[in-house]
Amino acid sequence: MKFSARSLFANALSGHKNWPEQFPNKEPKKEYDAIIVGAGGHGLGAAYYLASKYGMTNIAVVEKGWLGGGNTGRNTTIIRSNYLFDESAGIYDHAVDLWDGLSQELNYNVMFSKRGVLMLAHNVHDVQSFTRHVHANRLNGVDNVWLTPEECQKKVPILDISPNRRYPVMGGAFQQRAGVARHDSVAWGYARAASKLGVDIIQNCKVIGIRRGADGAVEGVETEKGFIGAKKIGVSAAGNTSVVMEMAGLRFPLESYPLQALVSEPVKPIVPCVIMSNAVHAYISQSDKGELVIGAGTDQYTSYSQRGALHLVEHNIMAICEIFPVFKRMRMLRNWGGIVDVTPDRSPILGKTPVKGLYVNCGWGTGGFKATPGAGHLLAYTIAKDEPHPINAPFNLDRFVGGRLIDEAAAAAVAH
Amino acid sequence: MMLIHCPHCDEKRPEVEFAYAGEAHIVRPNAEQQQAMSDAKWSEFLFIRDNVRGEHCERWWHANGCNMFFNAVRNTVTDKFIKTYKIGQKRPTQAQIQKWKSAK
Repeated sequence: MKFSARSLFANALSGHKNWPEQFPNKEPKKEYDAIIVGAGGHGLGAAYYLASKYGMTNIAVVEKGWLGGGNTGRNTTIIRSNYLFDESAGIYDHAVDLWDGLSQELNYNVMFSKRGVLMLAHNVHDVQSFTRHVHANRLNGVDNVWLTPEECQKKVPILDISPNRRYPVMGGAFQQRAGVARHDSVAWGYARAASKLGVDIIQNCKVIGIRRGADGAVEGVETEKGFIGAKKIGVSAAGNTSVVMEMAGLRFPLESYPLQALVSEPVKPIVPCVIMSNAVHAYISQSDKGELVIGAGTDQYTSYSQRGALHLVEHNIMAICEIFPVFKRMRMLRNWGGIVDVTPDRSPILGKTPVKGLYVNCGWGTGGFKATPGAGHLLAYTIAKDEPHPINAPFNLDRFVGGRLIDEAAAAAVAH
Repeated sequence: MMLIHCPHCDEKRPEVEFAYAGEAHIVRPNAEQQQAMSDAKWSEFLFIRDNVRGEHCERWWHANGCNMFFNAVRNTVTDKFIKTYKIGQKRPTQAQIQKWKSAK
C-alpha cells in the first residue's frame, strides 16, 4: 500500500483501524543470495539498495534484537557533511545527496529537515581551523559558509555574542544542507520499502557463528533460529562488529564505547538549527516535538552496556548551560547510551574483508546516523559487485596496514 | 558512579579520579624486534584490539590520586570490576578470573 493523501483520508473514515502491516516479521528460509547482519538504518538501507538498485531480492536482514533498536534509535539524528578530507567529503556528501528525496523514494516521511548546522568558534584556533574546513568543503563542492558573530546571533537569537563571555563567540561555520531527521522513521521506511521488494527481515534472531567452507569462503550464518545459508554476508553491526567478526576469525581495529545523549521536556521552538561547540564539548538541537536534544563525547572506557556514567551527562549539561544560560532551569526527561565502534582514525571501514564473501560496514564511531543512506548504498554496491565503489574504496581495512589513514579531526567525538 | 579499587592505594575511590588507558598486556616490541617487524605486525600492535564483550583486561591510571598505573579485569557488559592488580603481574588466565569471580 502506498501512503498518500487519499489513503490517509480513506483510513481516517474507518478510524485508522485498518492500516495494513508495514513490514512482516519473517521466519528464515534455508538459503539466501545474501544476508545482512544487523537491522539498523545502515543494514536495512543496504538491503533496500541491494533489492532496488542491484536486483538482489533473495536476501535477508537478521537482527538480534528489534529493528532499529540499536544506535539507529539512540543517536541525536544530526546530518551533516562538513568533513575536512576529500575522501570524507565524498562519503558523507554522498549520504546527504541521498537524504534529499529519501522520503519520496521510500514513500515514508523521514522528516529530513535541512535546518543547518552551526559550529561555533570560541578562540583563534577554532576560527583558523573552521575557516580551513569552510575552504576545504567548498573546494569539494560541500556547502559551508563562515558567519560573523552578528550573523550567528541573527540565526540563533538566544546566542550571547558579548566578548566578555568565558567562551566568546568569534564566529561560526554554517552548513545549510545539514540538519536532522526522524531516526526511527529511517529504519521503518527502509524496512517497509525493502520488505515490499521481497527482502526478509528476521528479528530476535541473534547470529552466533559464521560458517566457512574448506576454501575459507563464507557459507552462511549460525543463528538462534538455526543455520541460514548465503554466499555473501554483509556485517553492519555497529558496536558489536568485533564480536561478529571474531566468529569469522578476524580481529578488527575497533573499540566499542558508550555514547550518551539526553532530551529535555518539550518547549516551544527556541533552537532553530543544530548548534555545536567543540570548545565546551557539547551540541544541541530541538526536535519537532520541542525537546532539546543534547549530546557530547563518548564515555572514557570501552563497554557494551548501552549506558554510561552520569557525571558525563552532568558535564554535558554544564557545557550547554555555559553557552546558553537560558536553559539552566530546563528539566531533562530521558538519557540513554548507545555502543559506538571507534576506529583509530575516526573514519569508517566499509568494504571487503580478508574472508571471501564477507563484507563489512563499521567504525562509524560517534557519527553513523548521518551516513545511513550513503553507507547502505555503498555496502549494497560492494556486496553486489564484489568490489568497493570508488567513494568507499579509500575506507578499506588495509589502510591500517598500509598507513593511508583518513585522520578526520571533524569526526572527533564531540562534533556529532 | 563506580568505585574502583586502586591496588597501590589499596582503597576504593570514585571513578572520576581515574582515567582509562586502553587494553592491557600489549607488549611494546623492543628496538631489535621493531627493525624486523612487518607492516602487518605493526598494524596489529598499534591498531588491532580484542574489544572483548565480557571480561576484559585493561589498564587504568589513578590520575587524580596516587598517579600510578595498574591493570584491571572488568566485565564490559555489566561494567563491574572483577579485580585490579599491579602492572608486572601476568595476564590472568580464564581459570583465575573465574576464581576471582566466585570469591566475590
